[in-house]
Amino acid sequence: MNRREFIRWAGVGAGALMLPLPLVGKSVSTESLLEPRLTQAQKKELADAGLNAAKAAGASYADIRIGRYLNQYVITREDKVENLVNTESFGVGIRVITNGTWGFASTYEVSKEGIAKAAQTAVAIAKANAKIQTEPVKLAPTPALGEVSWKTPIEKNAFEVPIKEKVDLLLAANAKAMENGANYVNSLLFQVNEQKYFASTDGSYIDQDVHRLWPICRVTVIDKETGTFKTRNEFSAPVGMGYEYLEGRKEGKTTTPAGAIVYGKSYDILEDAAYAALQAKEALGAKSVQAGKYDLVLDPSHLWLTIHESVGHPLELDRVLGYEANYAGTSFATLDKWQSKSFQYGSKMVNLFADKTQVGSLGAVGFDDEGVQCKRWDLVKDGVLVNYQAIRDQVHILGEAESHGCCYSQSWADVQFQRMPNVSLAAGKTPLSVAEMIKNVEKGIYIIGDGSFSIDQQRYNFQFGGQLFYEIKNGQIVGMLKDVAYQANTQEFWNACTQICDEGDYRLGGSFFDGKGQPGQVSAVSHGSATARFNGINVINTGRKI
Amino acid sequence: MPILTEAEARQILEKVVGFSKADECEANLSGGDGGNIRYARNSVSTAGSQSSLQLVVQCSFGKKLGTATINEFDTASLEKAVRRAEELARLAPENPEYVSVLGPQIYDPAQSFAEATAQITPDYRTEVARLSIEPAKKNEAAAAGFFEDRAGFSAMMNSKGTFAYNKSTGMNFTVTVRSNDGTGSGWMMRDFTDVRKFEAAQASQIALEKCLRSRKPQAIEPGKYTVILEPAASIDVLGGMFFNMGAREADEGRSFLSKKGGGTKLGEKLVDERVTLYSDPLHPELPTATWAGDGMPLKKTNWLEKGVVKNMTYTRYWAEKNGVPYVPFPSNLIMEGGTASLEDLIKSTKKGFSLPAPGISAKWTPKLYSTRASPATELFTLKMARLNFPSKTCASTKAQW
Repeated sequence: MNRREFIRWAGVGAGALMLPLPLVGKSVSTESLLEPRLTQAQKKELADAGLNAAKAAGASYADIRIGRYLNQYVITREDKVENLVNTESFGVGIRVITNGTWGFASTYEVSKEGIAKAAQTAVAIAKANAKIQTEPVKLAPTPALGEVSWKTPIEKNAFEVPIKEKVDLLLAANAKAMENGANYVNSLLFQVNEQKYFASTDGSYIDQDVHRLWPICRVTVIDKETGTFKTRNEFSAPVGMGYEYLEGRKEGKTTTPAGAIVYGKSYDILEDAAYAALQAKEALGAKSVQAGKYDLVLDPSHLWLTIHESVGHPLELDRVLGYEANYAGTSFATLDKWQSKSFQYGSKMVNLFADKTQVGSLGAVGFDDEGVQCKRWDLVKDGVLVNYQAIRDQVHILGEAESHGCCYSQSWADVQFQRMPNVSLAAGKTPLSVAEMIKNVEKGIYIIGDGSFSIDQQRYNFQFGGQLFYEIKNGQIVGMLKDVAYQANTQEFWNACTQICDEGDYRLGGSFFDGKGQPGQVSAVSHGSATARFNGINVINTGRKI
Repeated sequence: MPILTEAEARQILEKVVGFSKADECEANLSGGDGGNIRYARNSVSTAGSQSSLQLVVQCSFGKKLGTATINEFDTASLEKAVRRAEELARLAPENPEYVSVLGPQIYDPAQSFAEATAQITPDYRTEVARLSIEPAKKNEAAAAGFFEDRAGFSAMMNSKGTFAYNKSTGMNFTVTVRSNDGTGSGWMMRDFTDVRKFEAAQASQIALEKCLRSRKPQAIEPGKYTVILEPAASIDVLGGMFFNMGAREADEGRSFLSKKGGGTKLGEKLVDERVTLYSDPLHPELPTATWAGDGMPLKKTNWLEKGVVKNMTYTRYWAEKNGVPYVPFPSNLIMEGGTASLEDLIKSTKKGFSLPAPGISAKWTPKLYSTRASPATELFTLKMARLNFPSKTCASTKAQW
């Protein structure tokens, strides 16, 4: 953490702006979020002005992103609304290649003059940096798409739902938690709408309307006598969906063999808040785990984070190559392992894939932020490492001629770069329910929900906690445990995978604020799986006294 | 343009507050210019520049609060921002925890601006990168680094007559040098208000030397070791802890400062008596604004004094509710130094590690801290009072506070 970050997070400035999203824009009224800013024709005219200015200044390639980023936050605790925030960020980012070097500039002056000036600045920066450039940019070709558009397939635009309805829902959830024994509850609703227009000198003009949503409900139960407390986090997932996600539809619910209810494509925050209080109370009085080796049965609400950290990150090609060495880290999954075509990342039943097209996922878009059509591709096939995540200026390193389409920028003001697509574990091909899986476990722990984690800079040695832990003895769940965390390294963990439930149990989890890059940027990404079993994993007791 | 003088800022804020018909109005105006350069694999990867100027207006009717932000500064736009904040305040549910704005205050003059930093050019940034890249290349290594600088101002005014203004500058540099054989790595960080204190070549040279010395690391067994945290690592650990030092969370029983049976650990010895942690906006190495965003003066404050918890942060609401003084969040954090040098610490260590910085995967929970080595990976094992050999990545887990 440097000084600027400390001061930022220390709250110097208006409290309303101390939120974890890039709020470079202005707060706006709720109604104005629904008003269009520019027509498609106006955007094209402005984009052409920028591209022409870049070419005139000497760029051999240019792309431009005209972005309108809308956010709405509803923040509550117990019976109070702490804040309501509407923000809009509107501006233009322009990226160029000049003398084989990237240059980038952005402006909030969305006019032909403002954009042309930014284009000239980007070219000037590229020319200055070309003096010490050693590897000229090699850009993989991508077809000219002409004028195309894409929209997140939502049923109900969250921004069209009255704020009162959202406030009432969160306060009702808080009340449910309090009625069931909670001491404190914080519930929030994050809503994002990215209206992005991309154009490039390749001849693509892409208009996209992207929606994301994340309901949060954190319930805390305190035991003052022992000085301990337990916070049970929500079992919702951040999603690439509309407000329909919050309708709590029956088909979105799954009752686990432990009795806890988990959620798929629909979330019932009232039900979850009530159970959260009851489960937090139960967890406080649960048996402390005996450290040792256990077979772990991991619910998708937990496993998404392990996938994210131990598969998603190490297979980012920029990390592998060293572009993130100074900040996010590097990767144990080096190119020689991939080139061997025999590196056993996991057991033979492990198939991990990247997919920017999964419906309902956070990463789903039609086209990435450098105009490439999105797709699905394999990362680990039958346990063997077969590919990475790469964008237009990287894929030549893999001997490929086509970008994977996973380039992203958090806003118009930031330069786009390689970001993690949705990375998921394919469901098992043989029919298998969670109950059937547990039936064969002699000594195990069933984990639901994600908790704290720690993983090294090469994404190899790690430790994960969780929300709820259930002890399995001779095929039966015998009660709740606490103080559980498991430790492993990436390769031994994924090679310990012995069973994966079938497609019927496949659900998505995800991260709304995955960080990377300098200056730092966030992105949202989902990870799917069915419940999976990992044999003989080392479990520690986190409540032990050192 | 974005760095307004005190008179210019006051003129805009007076207009804004004057437009308000709300019970109370508070406005924050801030802006600045900044630039950065990022490089990796001995080549520049990205570079950019940003300018920003922003006005935040908060209006309240009773306990109903609305906030609006704008980046246009003609008179009509300023009035529009005020009206929008008032409109949101009327629509907002009442917040029982809303506290009235502060009255006029007296501030210490700040020392947070250095003209040399405000004059940094793109060519200077390119030179910083070159001073990393060329030595790395000559030594069969690759440099990855990031340099950013910013010059800006902030000002606030409220309807009770409070006005505050501050100019500040800052630069931050981090670099990782890795040996081409893939086994060595060195990291260095520099952070100054005045760029004249920054020696780019020297900083990169230290990272390079660490890289060269850390080649061919050995694996070691888990166990108990003495850990020497270099300043960047210490402040990351302490910063993580400090963000959980709120009085409200402690009073509510959900903090590492909560006590069994209720109450807090305020006044109790928490850590070793050699640990004194304080904030001081006038510290010569870390000067900051002398006021918080709500206009409250920032003064030197001891948080841990000889290991004893002396203060926790209070929001104004929590302070009023409990009848105690308001303790705002500070703008810097300093751990008092001892008398020994790093070399002395190494010499007195029989078996341990030197850790330059924790990794970004380090994560606080309200009661738990775990950390791992930095992205740079260089960990030196100290054994028998000398630097013995570099070790591979390791993790320390579950330090209970």
